[in-house]
Amino acid sequence: MAVQKLPIAKAINESLRKALETDPKVLIMGEDVGKLGGVFRVTDGLQKDFGEDRVIDTPLAESGIVGTAIGLALRGYRPVVEIQFDGFVFPAYDQIVTQLAKMHARALGKIKLPVVIRIPYGGGIGAVEHHSESPEALFAHVAGLKVISPSTSSDAYWMMQQAIQSDDPVIFFEPKRRYWDKGEVDTESIPGPLHAARTVREGSDLTLVAYGPMVKVCLEAAAAAQEEGNSLEVIDLRSMSPIDFDTVQASVERTGRLVVVHEAPVFYGSGAEIAARITERCFYHLEAPVLRVGGYHSPYPPARVEEEYLPGLDRVLDAVDRSLAY
Amino acid sequence: MTVESTAARKPRSNSSGASTKRATAKKAPAKPAKKAAAKSAAREAAPHDAPPHDPELVQLLTPEGKRVEHPEFSIDLGPEELRGLYRDMVMARRFDAEAVTLQRQGELGLWPSLLGQEAAQIGSARALRDDDYIFPTYREHGVAWCRGVPPENLLGMFRGVNNGGWDPNSNNFQLYTIVIGSQALHATGYAMGVAKDGADSAVIAYFGDGASSQGDVAESFTFSAVYNAPVVFFCQNNQWAISEPTEKQTRVPLYQRARGYGFPGIRVDGNDVLACLAVTRSALERARRGEGPTLVEAFTYRMGAHTTSDDPTKYRQDEERVAWEAKDPIQRLRTYLETEKIADADWFASLEEEEAALGRRVREAVRAMTDPDPMSIFENVYADGSSLVDEERAQFAAYQASFADSAVPVGEGK
Repeated sequence: MAVQKLPIAKAINESLRKALETDPKVLIMGEDVGKLGGVFRVTDGLQKDFGEDRVIDTPLAESGIVGTAIGLALRGYRPVVEIQFDGFVFPAYDQIVTQLAKMHARALGKIKLPVVIRIPYGGGIGAVEHHSESPEALFAHVAGLKVISPSTSSDAYWMMQQAIQSDDPVIFFEPKRRYWDKGEVDTESIPGPLHAARTVREGSDLTLVAYGPMVKVCLEAAAAAQEEGNSLEVIDLRSMSPIDFDTVQASVERTGRLVVVHEAPVFYGSGAEIAARITERCFYHLEAPVLRVGGYHSPYPPARVEEEYLPGLDRVLDAVDRSLAY
Repeated sequence: MTVESTAARKPRSNSSGASTKRATAKKAPAKPAKKAAAKSAAREAAPHDAPPHDPELVQLLTPEGKRVEHPEFSIDLGPEELRGLYRDMVMARRFDAEAVTLQRQGELGLWPSLLGQEAAQIGSARALRDDDYIFPTYREHGVAWCRGVPPENLLGMFRGVNNGGWDPNSNNFQLYTIVIGSQALHATGYAMGVAKDGADSAVIAYFGDGASSQGDVAESFTFSAVYNAPVVFFCQNNQWAISEPTEKQTRVPLYQRARGYGFPGIRVDGNDVLACLAVTRSALERARRGEGPTLVEAFTYRMGAHTTSDDPTKYRQDEERVAWEAKDPIQRLRTYLETEKIADADWFASLEEEEAALGRRVREAVRAMTDPDPMSIFENVYADGSSLVDEERAQFAAYQASFADSAVPVGEGK
């Protein structure tokens, strides 16, 4: 059956399974991805079905995981590596930034680095420190990397397919607190290009831009605003590098107002880039400055106060009110 | 000599961490005042004064040019092969000297000289098969020479016309890697792929004594051991990581590190091309047989500066260099070739002509290199393209075009 209702985690699992079936060069690598199926069970059952040679439990060394994945890619493989949690990617940051991102350009295009790096990210699960971070801007800032995040099961399935097929390195941020949200997946129909934003709710008064775990919050905010008589448009950005500014621009030219929402700290976050570019593109259409809602310039807080740190329904609506008040 | 065979024999000294050698040196002076000075001197000298006939060191050709046998490693080369090794070393040194000169003349921005490391590079590289894959640092000019990489390819990044610029798959010679030790992991991953493919190729990762402190090198040891990857780690211990001596990197001889990871480590006289060839060949064969990685520590010396930007007089003594000059890799093979009448004066003379021709070729190639088109900044950032790059390319092109009517940009050339 082509259409199934799947949680996001399972949709990724199915997508990885499909890739392993169709391309013998695809490998899964990471800590605990084999026998255990990953700490979130995203790779559950894959080693059993495809063997230890293709679904590889690695030593506990993130730089080693990415560095060897680069070597495997140079040999013609297409490694999909898992970094167990967002806060654990930093030992691999050097390999990702200095090696993976630049090698294609350094060889004047003569070699390709089709490596996908999966990172469960974001908070809201009551975890201990280093398990709730949103470091996407640190990767989006680096030329040579593509940075994406699905918010639905369908995107989880298809964006993973597209990421694996891409000849570029892709950082694939998985909204871990949405892993068990279910949605329909049509495994026979590609929803659209990998880096295109999608308007998930139409509206006329203000545009909300979000990605990953914040799309759901923005949809809830739009529904609540509707009851107060405000029509909000919600755009799921899907790709943080590159960014589909055309879709955002077209929306803002109609609504005149933009609020960007992400879990990552606002300071130097992707919202800053969106605000700057959209201000440049839509200066005469804007009725209010572009506002941002996100984390604060503090370490990710202890779990008992994370709900105050994370953008929620009320904080999004507060920004909406401030924008509409201009 | 593998670590298994030596480590068991070597007594571990007390918890002070002092080596046997250093402890002996400390005992010598009688007066307390001098004791401290001697201790300090011993510490400075310890890593660099490897005895000429160090039992840990595999050697097949002495600094005096005398062939010696080793119980584990042997080599039997014909006259042509011996002359070939000599020629390779001479050509590599000439290429290197030419590049240093070109830097001094302003034609290159920087050059990392290989002077003194010719035997380590030529010996190890001549052990490789065409289907083997090489992951170099930025100093492997001699290895590149052996692989047939056009010498001018190596010069582009140091002239500033590209950041690498060649196709690694043309000669199975990966781009130079500047971030220290990163390539050891790439080599390991590549070797894991070779094993998955069922091929009997091998992979060699070059790095230096400084890189041995990098986590990536440690992780590559772990991964290669765990997956039994067919990779040879060829560490050129040239005694200096810019200004820091090897003792700032390690408290044990580097080759002994392999033991902790579960594979053999061998220290070879890095100025002995025959020993480097024999040891690397053995390590590669081991990898091909599916027996996993080997660490080869080529004990050598960086005769020149770290790069042309460096000033070694700030941190090391001339005497040290003079001592190593007596162990010169090229001179010792020349002595052997002459003594054994393997090469005559005519042959050496024709090689000199060949050297000069290489020098001319390198000079001409460098001077003929044109600066890249500014629009190339936007090329090959991504294999599949990116709307962001497209947008910025268009902006830059429009900016460039805004100067179309004037020969010099507005605001400049006044």
